Parts: sequence; structure tokens; C-alpha cells
Amino acid sequence: MRLTLHVWRQAGPDQPGKMVQYEATDISGDMSFLEMLDVVNERLTDRGEVPIAFDHDCREGICGMCSLMINGVAHGPMKGTATCQLHMRSFKDGATIYIEPWRARAFPVIKDLAVDRSALDRIIQAGGFITAPTGGAQDANSILVPKESVDTAMDSAACIGCGACVAACPNSSASLFTAAKITHLGLLPQGQPERYRRALSMVQQMDLENFGSCTLHGECQEACPKEISIDTITRMNRDFIRAGIMGTRP
Amino acid sequence: MTVHLDARIPTGPLADKWNRHRFEMKLVNPANKRKNTIIVVGSGLAGAAGAASMSELGYNVKCFCFQDSPRRAHSIAAQGGINAAKNYQNDGDSIYRLFYDTIKGGDFRSREANVYRLAELSVNIIDQCVAQGVPFAREYGGLLANRSFGGAQVSRTFYARGQTGQQLLLGAYQSLERQIKRGGVAMCPRTEMLDLVVINGKARGIVTRDLVTGEIASHTADAVVLATGGYGNVFFLSTNAQGSNATAIWRAYKRGAAFANPCFTQIHPTCIPVSGEYQSKLTLMSESLRNDGRVWVPKVAGDKRDPRQIPENERDYFLERKYPSFGNLAPRDIASRAAKEVCDDGRGVGETGLGVYLDFADAIKRLGRAVIRERYGNLFDIYQRITDENPYEVPMRIYPAVHYTMGGLWVDYNLMSTIDGLHVTGEANFSDHGANRLGASALMQGLADGYFIIPNTIGDYLASNKLEKVDAQHPEFKAAEAQVAARTKKLLSIDGKRTVMSFHRELGKTMWDYCGMSRNEAGLKTALAKVRQLKEQFWKDVNVPGSDAELNQALEKAGRVADFFELAELMCIDALHRRESCGGHFREESQTADGEALRDDENFAYVAAWEYAGDSEAPILTKEPLVFENVKLSQRSYK
Repeated sequence: MRLTLHVWRQAGPDQPGKMVQYEATDISGDMSFLEMLDVVNERLTDRGEVPIAFDHDCREGICGMCSLMINGVAHGPMKGTATCQLHMRSFKDGATIYIEPWRARAFPVIKDLAVDRSALDRIIQAGGFITAPTGGAQDANSILVPKESVDTAMDSAACIGCGACVAACPNSSASLFTAAKITHLGLLPQGQPERYRRALSMVQQMDLENFGSCTLHGECQEACPKEISIDTITRMNRDFIRAGIMGTRP
Repeated sequence: MTVHLDARIPTGPLADKWNRHRFEMKLVNPANKRKNTIIVVGSGLAGAAGAASMSELGYNVKCFCFQDSPRRAHSIAAQGGINAAKNYQNDGDSIYRLFYDTIKGGDFRSREANVYRLAELSVNIIDQCVAQGVPFAREYGGLLANRSFGGAQVSRTFYARGQTGQQLLLGAYQSLERQIKRGGVAMCPRTEMLDLVVINGKARGIVTRDLVTGEIASHTADAVVLATGGYGNVFFLSTNAQGSNATAIWRAYKRGAAFANPCFTQIHPTCIPVSGEYQSKLTLMSESLRNDGRVWVPKVAGDKRDPRQIPENERDYFLERKYPSFGNLAPRDIASRAAKEVCDDGRGVGETGLGVYLDFADAIKRLGRAVIRERYGNLFDIYQRITDENPYEVPMRIYPAVHYTMGGLWVDYNLMSTIDGLHVTGEANFSDHGANRLGASALMQGLADGYFIIPNTIGDYLASNKLEKVDAQHPEFKAAEAQVAARTKKLLSIDGKRTVMSFHRELGKTMWDYCGMSRNEAGLKTALAKVRQLKEQFWKDVNVPGSDAELNQALEKAGRVADFFELAELMCIDALHRRESCGGHFREESQTADGEALRDDENFAYVAAWEYAGDSEAPILTKEPLVFENVKLSQRSYK
């Protein structure tokens, strides 16, 4: 395959960036998108140019480190697939591909296609946990969890924290990410004592981090590589409002 | 100058050792804990669990990871499950059985006391994880579900779909984030440890490079814990994440920590086969698939028919044939070797001939598509995405790939290395899996080390040692910083003709060919010569673009690959010296008449701990004899 790439190049956080065109030749359809970028980078290096920086690690769709807006779509054209699991056979020979970083105020660019997503960690810090210090746990089978609850909780717990939902959202909202954690923990009996406090604190933190508000466009669930549903956002809103009514303190 | 290896195994009956040891260990006064700083490098299961748990106790913890968030550590990719001797299924499981299975699975090359403790703690891990909200699979009544897993005849594996590692890591990560918010842990992401600082014989801190700014900095501590994972990426192609590396443990080795059993690597039988030269990694298909999938190749070499057209009687279900009692569930090392054998025999499948079928047709017939989808749906999806083939219709093709390293830094019962104050947890140490790790045991070990062992044993170290104050201006820190800076400059200044990746790929191929699934003396000697030559060439001809004051992924990789060369050499030296076959280490010179691995307990029932003696000196071998008081050494048989 032969491809024309337009890639966002930006030397550092405070530097101006621009799209740069590269020709990618001899690309195999069996390559993953990131392997295609590896090949491009190898050739740039051989030519004495600086390779394109992009985040990646596990390359099996679970660590959430890879990102990339591909032709304006977070993680590219294949539904339910992270960039690292996208293969070049999804593109036509001769295609032009635009590759950009996640764009959101809360995700400043570090270099080229790599962005800073630490805001997502701080949302988890605000309450995305069950307080269960090591050592005091009762026997695992003494907590009964209906299969339906745990299966639905698992659907949300599958979030890989990549930030595609934010990048896809016209408001740059982190609602799907936040709601997924609130739903995962809020559906389990172990998560009940902190349920409303959790919703309140996490939503407040999301606002503090400069993420936008949710207007239920639904772009996030389209972009989510784990296909997490925006039903979780309804659940988050319900818990958040209930926390307000009950006078819950963060 | 050889190190003295005292494993410090507590006396008394096996089942009482850990309990007794916990009582005998010294405690740090609660008010004094916050005065102690502990550095944890790595944020996977062992690192995150350890950092969070020590912070909960009141210690001042500093945690480092090279990824952008601690949640991305490679533990996250573990699919299948975690073992625990809960015996919830009433199928005869017990702590002793899990202990025995693990010792035997490791081909009797691990310590009884460590493994028993691991089995004992396995039950606490499940309790802890459930309390944190880990969504393990459940039965309709709400009780936990189990499945059987590679090499075990009882159902003791707990799982969360095919994402068990992810869910366990998120549990630990969330506890860690809670401690970060509380101020108990200072988290340093996108930061790489590039040296260990030892002052007066004790580990007192590390030198790091900030991967975004390039800043080189010193961090002081009262104790250092390395939880930096395994070194499978020596082989270039492995199931490890791209960033997984050996630099932290290798730097520690060069500062005096002994490296144990470096040649013990695990080749996992069920991975998606290699498809091209550009390939950057291999993807594991959880071996839970072997519960329902049947492994086969055509009986006749060169049979290129569509697998669905090959009739039953022309198929060789080689695992079922060779190991009738374990069948498709034979342990990883055995299943991998069997696959290699049939491929060497010319009966491999797929374009490259390096593959065997894993067929679900019978299981789908027996259980229905829906059940198979429920059990393995996400794995089937991954497979289809990568290969463009539908495993519900066509048998999967699988081939072994490097997956885990049993070897690692030598540690005593307290998980302390041969350097005082330097502790090593999880895959980075050598302690519990002997020469072969059983499925669903890595998660167990990472969490046992992190949640339950290190928070206890670190206190004993701190309470037993009077540590003088050190600060980052100490000459040892300054010297280490200068060395790190010089090495970075050197890598950038070579300005040669070959990329880091091309060197890494060549190193990996050499290791896979000569120090992979089977090894022999001539091959290992060839590998040693090749690796040395390649290393020399690397330092003359590598091309590392960019500068040191920015995010420079080529530079990061160059440093890691430079260390892989040295480690690869040690792996070959170790493999060469161990003239027996055991577990994942198959020496062709040592096999039974029917081609099975032949152990030599008389001469090799020991841990081989290697000590660094200088760049141009041969490493020094010290042996820790393995004493078996409870189990009888037997030839491992899964027939």
C-alpha cells in the first residue's frame, strides 16, 4: 500500500504546531496502525529527521496509552477498537490519512501526538475507589453480588482510560470516563457506602480540570474502544443530583 | 569476592513459617513510619499494591513509572485469571495442593517456603480484591465463579472476563490514587529509573530521567523497592508491552545485586503467529482457550488444505495424544515444546508453517456459540481483528511466544536482594516460579508481594537498621547523576547508521534462535559471540536522533536496548552452565528417550545467582542450594 499522511508535528508544549505531509510506501495491510508509524519513523530516522512522537505501550488494546485522531475520528474508523488494534487493511491503497493528537483543553500536547492526560488520574483520586485498606477484608464469598450487577459493572469497569471520549466530545467532556467508574463501583454492594460522595467529588473534579459539560451528543460512546454506553452518564447524573438533595459533602 | 546468599528462611514447619516470621519481625513504631521514605519503582500489580499498602501503614512513599499513568503498567494485559486456594468448588483444592502444584509446575527449582507462603496468601488476595470492588465473574446466586486453568486439575482460577489483570490492576491503582490524594504517595509518571545509589552498602536512592523534560534527578530514600517487571523484551518479539524493560534491575545488578536464573524464560504456547518483518509485538491468546479448544496439526507434512476440509482421522491432536491425562491443558513449557516439535517436523500450519490449530468446532457443537461467546468473546474479537479470520468458523492459528521471565534479581525470604535495603517484588524477582510458571500465578505473586509481604518485611528492615541521613548532594548521588548524563550524551553522539529498532530486532532473533524454546551448547556459544559482536556494533553505529532535553522515545529505547545486550549475554552464560533441562529451559543434551525434558537434581538443584564483576570480566556464580523437606522430587509427568 501507498499512503499520504498528514501528521501533527509540535516540538513541545509551548511551541506552535503544524500538519506535515509524509509519503508512506510499502505498507502492508497486516500492519497495525502503530506499526505503520514505526515504519515511517524508521525511515525518518534513516533520513536524519526527528521521528514522530506518539504514546503507545501494550499494543493489544488494553493499556489505554495509545491515542490518535485519525481522519478526525478518535482511534480511527473501526468501531470498538483502539488505535493499536486498528490494521492498515481498514484503509484503501492510495488513501490520505490525517493524524492528530487528542484535542482538549484538559489534555495539553507534550510533543507531536503525545498529550498529558493526568487530569483523568486526578478524577480517580477525587473518589474513583472503594476505601478498603489492605488487610481488613472479609471472606470474598460473604459478599453476594448478583450476576447481572457484576456483569453490568464489568461493562463499565472495562474502561481503559484512553481519553477518546474526551477527544470525540464537541464539549471535551470527560463524562463517559467519570460515569464509567461511578457506575462500576456504584453497582456493587461494596461501593454503596461512598456512592454519593464519590459521584459528587468526581464530577466536581471533572469541572476543576477544565473538561466541558455533557450535552448528550453521544459521540463518546461511538468513539469508546470498549463501547461503554452513555447510559452510565444518566446513572452518574442521578447519583450526583441525589448527592445534592441529600446534602452529601465531598 | 562472592556474595553470601542467606535466604533467611524461618525455621519450623512449613505451614507455620510465615506466621511465625511475622511475629519475629521487628515493627516500626507508628509515629516513626512517616519519617521513613520508601521508593517504589514500577506501578504494576506488585508496585501499585506495595506503594498503596505501605502508604496506608504510614510510610512516606515515592512511586515511579515510565508510562503517563500508573494504570497503564503491563500487569493490565493479563487475561486469564488469578489462582487462589479457596476451594470454593469443593474439588479437593487446598493451600497445600496449590503449593505442591506450583513447586512441581516450576520443575522443583523454587524455594518451598516462598511458594508455600504464596499459596497461603492467595486466599487473602481474593478477599482484598473483592473488597476493593474488583468485578470477578459470579454465579447466578451471587457467589464467585471459578475456572480451571493451564496445568491445574482443580478449578481455582478467579477471573473477570478476559481482563483479569486489568481489573486487579485498577483495584490497586485506585487504592494508589487514593493514597496520592491523601499525600502518602508522591507519584512520578513519565519518569525512568536509570541508576541505583548504594551508600555504605545500603540502597539509599535512585537517579531518574524525566522523560518529558530530560531532567536527571536524584531521589533519596531509606529503602528502595523495584517492581519493574520482567525482561521478555530481550527477545524483541514478545507479549510484553513496548516499554517493558530491564533497565532498573540491570542497573541494580551492576551495583551489586545478584541476578538469579536469568535463563529461565517462559514461552507461552497460545499466541497469534508472526506475520511479517515489521511486526512489533506478539499478542497472547489467553490459555483459558485451551479449556475448550483442541490443539492439532495435519498428520502429513505439507498438507495445505483448508483445515475444515481435513477429516478427523487425518488430524493429529498431539497434546491429547502425548499427554492423555492433561491433554490440551498441559503446562505451558510442555505445550510450547510440543508445538515446536510438530512445526520442526514440517506439519506447522499457516503461511510461515510456524503455527498450530486451536479448534473450537467441537466445543461450539457441544455448548453452542452463545456459551463460547460468553466465555471467550473478547479474545475471539481480538483474534479476528488481528488476523482477519473468524475463529467461530475457522480454527485459530497459534504459536508459542516469549511471555514471562521466571528469572530476576535474587531475593531472600523478605524479598530483599543482595544489596541491603534493595527489595524486589513481582516478576522482577526470581522467587516463586522456579523454572516454569503456571498459568494464573503471576497475578497472584505480584499481589502477594505487594499487598502482604513487602509492607511487612520492609518494616523489619527499617527497624533493624540504623540509617544515617543522606541527601541528594552526597557524592555517590552526584557521581551516579554524572554517569547517567554521560551515558545519555554518548548515545546521542554516536550518530551512526542503524536505528535502535534494527539492532533490537537482530538481538531478539539471535536470542529466539539460540536461547529460546530449546538450547544447546554450540548454539549458546554462537549466540554469545553474536550478542557481543552486536553490542560492540551498537555502540559504534547506532543512530539516536533528537536531543536529551525533550520527549525522545528513540533515546529511551536506546538505553533499554543497550542494557538488553548485556542481559542477553548473562542469559546465554546461565543457559550454557545449566546443562540440565528443567521447566522452560530445555537443553537438547539432556532429554529422556522419548524426548521429554530430563532434570539433573544431583548437580543442578540450586538457584544460580550471578554477580557482576566488571564489564570485561566474567560474572561470578554463587549457588543457593534448594532444600526440599516437604515434597519429593519427581520427574514431572503429565502423561
